[in-house]
Amino acid sequence: MTDLAWINSAITSSRPQALGALLRYFRNLETAEEAFQEACLKALKNWPENGPPRDPAAWLIFVGRNAAIDGVRRRAREQPLPEEDVLSDLDDAESTLAERLDDSHYRDDILRLLFVCCHPDLPSTQQIALALRIVSGLTVKQIARAFLVGESAMEQRITRAKAKVAAAGLPFETPGPIERAERLTTVAAMIYLVFNEGYSASGSEVPVRAPLCDEAIRLVRLLLRLFPSEPEIMGLAALMLLQHARIAARFDAEGEIILLEDQDRSLWNQKSIAEGLALIDKAIRHRNPGPYQAQAAIAALHARARRHEDTDWVQIDLLYGALELMQPSPVITLNRAVAVAKTRGPEAALALIEPLADRLSGYFHFFGVKGAFLLQLGRTAEARTAFDRAIALANTPAEASHIRMHLDRLLKENSHSQSASL
Amino acid sequence: MFYAILCYHAEDVVGCWSKEDDDAVMAKLAVVQEKLAKQGRLGPVARLLPTTAAATVRGHGEAPLVIDGPFAETKEQLLGFYLVDCESLDEAVSVANELSIANPGGAHEVRPVGLFRPGTGPT
Repeated sequence: MTDLAWINSAITSSRPQALGALLRYFRNLETAEEAFQEACLKALKNWPENGPPRDPAAWLIFVGRNAAIDGVRRRAREQPLPEEDVLSDLDDAESTLAERLDDSHYRDDILRLLFVCCHPDLPSTQQIALALRIVSGLTVKQIARAFLVGESAMEQRITRAKAKVAAAGLPFETPGPIERAERLTTVAAMIYLVFNEGYSASGSEVPVRAPLCDEAIRLVRLLLRLFPSEPEIMGLAALMLLQHARIAARFDAEGEIILLEDQDRSLWNQKSIAEGLALIDKAIRHRNPGPYQAQAAIAALHARARRHEDTDWVQIDLLYGALELMQPSPVITLNRAVAVAKTRGPEAALALIEPLADRLSGYFHFFGVKGAFLLQLGRTAEARTAFDRAIALANTPAEASHIRMHLDRLLKENSHSQSASL
Repeated sequence: MFYAILCYHAEDVVGCWSKEDDDAVMAKLAVVQEKLAKQGRLGPVARLLPTTAAATVRGHGEAPLVIDGPFAETKEQLLGFYLVDCESLDEAVSVANELSIANPGGAHEVRPVGLFRPGTGPT
């Protein structure tokens, strides 16, 4: 790697810690961001000449803080009275800087920074945008591309989010254990949102949106380094690594979706899978299950199956059952039904989803899955009705075309197998 | 005599490499490895998974203390390492426990291996 690439990586990896510390000093997001920018410019000039510092984050915090204080001093000269109170508050910060960096409470700086982005007043799209801008340091242009919206629209969205956060006030007290656990849960959910934003991309959008998945994985690894004994964070990291491992196999050359059962498993990223499996293994040892762990354990069973036929559907059925208890939702039951169809047949699966009809009457996957079960039972006319309903409920033309293609194929296969059995 | 060469780097920096960056580094390392392999001097090469996937076994016997994360006691020195094929972390932990019984004190860090090449060197 070149010097510049190294500096880029060092700055990116230091960003949450440095920005978090600067936010603690200045208690103002704008000032902290400006101070960090200033420090990055100096790093780009200084590091190639003097070599990389031993601790890039400490360097950036120190230089950023001094640059911002200089700015305050300069502005103070233009005013009749210097803002002594602002300055004296910062005087002793320098001496304790190195110590604070080693101290485990720098976790709280990063957690606070992440938490600011998932402020409950913000809609989830703004939470993600703000996190990508502030914590990850993506440019507005990059974020706009990833969200497939215009740059000015994204600029507005981020500005509005910042204004809302500023108006609500930032949480600066050191959180207690209960509050920390709550924040960690919120932050984990926000990181998963970032991941899903990237993961739910369709074929043609994958190159643009996949970086969101990488970024989410980077953030969850950061969180895991700060909280190495949280099984749910291990579970979330495992879940994202195992899902993202399939990225190269999820779409064909035309950008059409390839279902899990039809994917070329040799395209799955084995390094990601190995790390995901190691993490879910480690999480399970804690005997403190949670929804992320259950989902990761399901993803792990898919990852472990060399061929689709080798999938351990009995275990997957049990895990969905556990997930239903932890986080009851008709969508989870619907997913479980797919496993039930494999283990106990379509009749049992159909019986499982019938009671969901009311709650999922507007959900196209429900009718797609129901149609597939009916088809397996040879109830072709009913299946067709369900498929038509599914297509009518598709959210995008691409979704509709995918369902239509998939369902057409199912119908065709079914007529083949029926004629074969005659 | 084999000399072990241990690779150190800032994990969060490495974690920021794009796939292209990572591939480029691995390709350059492969050139060095290939040269050594041709000379019959290359022993096993392993790339460890991130420390977040690590666990450390301290103490031994019926209830060894298993700690999440890598082992961070700077007063302890790395004295050697094993490569053991295990089905699961549980199995790896029990192997580490056996080693701890045979050689009490210190700690055994269990780090999943991401990449393994057996090498060509003398045994």
